[in-house]
Amino acid sequence: MTSHPSNNAIEFRDVEYRLPSGKVLLSELNLNVRRGETLMLLGRSGSGKTTCLKLINRLLVASAGELLVENKPSHEWDPIRLRRCIGYAIQDVGLFPHYTVWDNVALVPKLEKWEQSRIAARVEEVLQLVGLPSRDFADRYPNQLSGGQRQRVGLARALAAGPPILLMDEPFGALDPITRAEIQVEFKKLQQGLRKTIVFVTHDVGEALMLGDRIALMESGKLRAVHTPREFLQSADVVVQEYVKVYRAAGQMFRN
Amino acid sequence: MNFLLTHKREVARLTGEHLWLVGVAMLLAVVVGVPLGIMLTRKPKLKTLILGSTNIVQTIPSLALFGLLLPLPWLGARADRLAIFALALYALLPVVRNTYVGITGISEPVREAAVAMGLTSRQLLWQVELPLASPVILAGIRVATVITIGVATIAAAIGAGGLGEFIFRGIAMVDNGVILAGAIPAALMALLADFLLGGVERLLTRRQH
Repeated sequence: MTSHPSNNAIEFRDVEYRLPSGKVLLSELNLNVRRGETLMLLGRSGSGKTTCLKLINRLLVASAGELLVENKPSHEWDPIRLRRCIGYAIQDVGLFPHYTVWDNVALVPKLEKWEQSRIAARVEEVLQLVGLPSRDFADRYPNQLSGGQRQRVGLARALAAGPPILLMDEPFGALDPITRAEIQVEFKKLQQGLRKTIVFVTHDVGEALMLGDRIALMESGKLRAVHTPREFLQSADVVVQEYVKVYRAAGQMFRN
Repeated sequence: MNFLLTHKREVARLTGEHLWLVGVAMLLAVVVGVPLGIMLTRKPKLKTLILGSTNIVQTIPSLALFGLLLPLPWLGARADRLAIFALALYALLPVVRNTYVGITGISEPVREAAVAMGLTSRQLLWQVELPLASPVILAGIRVATVITIGVATIAAAIGAGGLGEFIFRGIAMVDNGVILAGAIPAALMALLADFLLGGVERLLTRRQH
């Protein structure tokens, strides 16, 4: 059977992931990520969100089921090619400490052997996009940046080669609340301009509601529900309601 | 001290020999040790075997190792060849271990990001792992060099030359002046090597902050 081209950038079909020890981290996962949407993977620590994300760029390989990226089974992709079409931003950023901001951002375009002038123009452009003028930041090293700035550089690096898909693993989770709110608002704006397919892992309900087109709720290695933010707030599902309750309680506390 | 000054030419010759023994042994140790250390990071199963056996070599007293290698066909034919081989074996452990530790010590997010960006394993090695591990690898080379300069004095016992000749001669003659004529240049050489390699190490560390 051949797969028909579809509107899905990523498809999980009965995907399971188990550790060599036999422990199952993810099972019976069926989930489609539509082209151009932002799908939030919401859940507690250990619910399988990060595992799910790492399966997409083959940092992990599913032990059963099938995973399609751009309509092509993940195992048929050359992993290096696959990863270069997928931006990746994580909480710890993982900037290369021995590279300047400029070199960090230029990494994938260089690997892809772009022309010098094109790389320079692109680095300038994405740094501008994430709010770090290259005039002030290009020559700095990661340890000369604040946490928020580092996260922005990480985002610029992920965007640099213009990948159609972006994976984000709690990218704003380690930031102080003010910086986080700031960067979330900016990201929201950025998102509308980019129209990329984004899979975004978070444990923060507010963030999921604010940034997501749809929210996939994960619980103990299984997908519990997929909702738009509006549906999510009105859902009859008890687990979803728990999350909504926490979210409302937090909002209540702010008002008092 | 007098002896040192009156035998300048001989001191210079033996210092040259000493440098040759240490230099070639260290070159061998690095050329074999660094790739071996890298291999361990790729095949961790070999870790016990390789680190274990280089460890065992370290426990063999150097004089005994020189003696034990003597009957070997090609190796035992020339004293300096044998000495260089034995010295390289001693220097191997710090080089292999520091290469391994330096690379495995790179922060997990950095490695994960590098892989996720689509670096091939060769690019990962040359662009991320070796540059970031270089201060640690160099620290291993530095320790190995200083130790090798000391151990190389024993090579004179099997006729491989070097500053150990003065030391052994001085012991036989019960003449401290002659012993010092070997010991002082060897000690200075060790200090100098430590200082120079330390400088390179600091340079590499500064570059990556």
